[in-house]
Amino acid sequence: MNLLRLTATEALALMEKGELSSAELTGACLSQIERHDAEVSAFLKLTAAEAHQQAAAADAAAGERPPLAGLPTAIKDVLCTRGVTTTCASRMLENYDPIYTATCVEQMTAAGIVSLGKTNMDEFAMGSSTENSAYGPTRNPWDLERVPGGSSGGSAAAVAAGEAVWALGSDTGGSIRQPAALCGVVGLKPTYGSVSRYGLVAFASSFDQVGPLTKSVKDAALMLKYLVGKDPLDSTSVEYPETVMIPEDKDLQGVRIGVISELQTEGIDPAVKDVFDRAVTTLEAAGAVVTEASLPHSQYALPAYYILAPAEASANLARFDGVRYGFRAGGGDDVTAMYEETRSRGFGEEVKRRIMLGTYALSSGYYDAYYGQAQKVRTLVVQDFEEAFKQVDLLISPTSPTTAFKLGERTADPLTMYLSDICTIPVNLAGLPGISIPAGLADGLPVGLQIIGKAFAENDLLQAARGAEMAIGFDGVSPLIEGQDK
Amino acid sequence: MVSHDDVNYVAKLARLKVDSTELDRFAGQLSSILGHVDKISELDLADVTPTSHVIKLSNVFREDAPRPSVERDEALANGPDVERGAFKVPPILEA
Repeated sequence: MNLLRLTATEALALMEKGELSSAELTGACLSQIERHDAEVSAFLKLTAAEAHQQAAAADAAAGERPPLAGLPTAIKDVLCTRGVTTTCASRMLENYDPIYTATCVEQMTAAGIVSLGKTNMDEFAMGSSTENSAYGPTRNPWDLERVPGGSSGGSAAAVAAGEAVWALGSDTGGSIRQPAALCGVVGLKPTYGSVSRYGLVAFASSFDQVGPLTKSVKDAALMLKYLVGKDPLDSTSVEYPETVMIPEDKDLQGVRIGVISELQTEGIDPAVKDVFDRAVTTLEAAGAVVTEASLPHSQYALPAYYILAPAEASANLARFDGVRYGFRAGGGDDVTAMYEETRSRGFGEEVKRRIMLGTYALSSGYYDAYYGQAQKVRTLVVQDFEEAFKQVDLLISPTSPTTAFKLGERTADPLTMYLSDICTIPVNLAGLPGISIPAGLADGLPVGLQIIGKAFAENDLLQAARGAEMAIGFDGVSPLIEGQDK
Repeated sequence: MVSHDDVNYVAKLARLKVDSTELDRFAGQLSSILGHVDKISELDLADVTPTSHVIKLSNVFREDAPRPSVERDEALANGPDVERGAFKVPPILEA
């Protein structure tokens, strides 16, 4: 048995029966990291010693096992972990040791996970390729010359390389779903407000949401179950209205699915479109009632997002001033010079670009023209979804317009990089849940199918995603996992 | 078009320093991004209400009860320059 192929659900069942120990599973992940992470660079920090201890403790514990006992988990380095350096892949936080732990990590820990360490990402979650990390890029386990997507590229690559059973990520404009698509794994962005943002280093607070990157839809549901909940420490979190259910193995009989027509043509790579079209036929064969659906303002979502998210970021990142934590540049004669020196040297290029863009959009004389108008576009995008959901239960599109691109291919032109998120951004503007599942391969590289649900209807979304996963039957794994098959 | 003056002005607001090569690059890139954003002007938005947040929440209150807070030493632990229980910064006023 290749332990690296096991889903969390399968591993739990084996551990439950005493046929597998957490020490074995954790050891398998850590060995895989040792073998391959020098090339993949999914992890910024490993907590191997602690992981071994936690695994041993999980195996030794008497009585009823906690629900996620012993599952080796990777954590995106945007989530604060007390006692474990949290860098957001920025020089600014190179030595930052949080004095508290993110609520979502606390909940996972209480449920019994083993923490393997912190994963690489685009600096402050700004990017679509993980090339914006101050500590060097992560590489795609399917092809080491290519990017894993971003910003949760380290988490996606860790799962795709068998270095973790599953991982935590965060998604502001597609940062869970797009890397999941490019790495051939499952990625779920929950409804805004479902998961506490306390301890998630803020990028754009009205969009950011934490969620799972996993090997299966059932695993995504299983992790979500322990992520949701109202947190007194995050006033935008809400009581999740239902119990999160693990989806059943059933087909898509009668499920009404709308194919978003605006996300079929412009900028979508023909090879991706081919795989997507085949997936649509497969869903129909599995009983889904597939129709065309329209989000007439979706072409305006990306422009609106690149005003709203940088505007929120420019305010959120004002806190990095070299005073209370993080990097401080020496030599400033007065406090303003110190701020400027610290921020110019502590932040990378893309972060500076977004801070400037956001500051510009909020500055006197441009506020109404940019920020105010973008907020109105957000309303139209929300209304588009409301209209579409009167006709169908779920909406689908490709997750990413292309498969994984080569390192360096899009770094010269920021706008080209931004277009990587054209299919995922509308979902964040409307705060809806969206999942990416593998739809197949194009030229040997994974293609993601995005499924979008109604707010707080993750149960329906996950059930349909399970149906789609079964119908598509994708069983590909990266060469790094396949290489360990005995 | 975003001019060099615009970039300098915004950098100053954002407390960033921009050197001459960055000035050119940022002016060009911000112009290109804002050029894409200008697509929004195709829309008639006069009667549309802005959305700042997707979940309708207002005035989320909690009980105003005393509770322990972070210890001072812990709060200062990550400070790059700390003296006598306080964060130390360069002069904020001219002498």
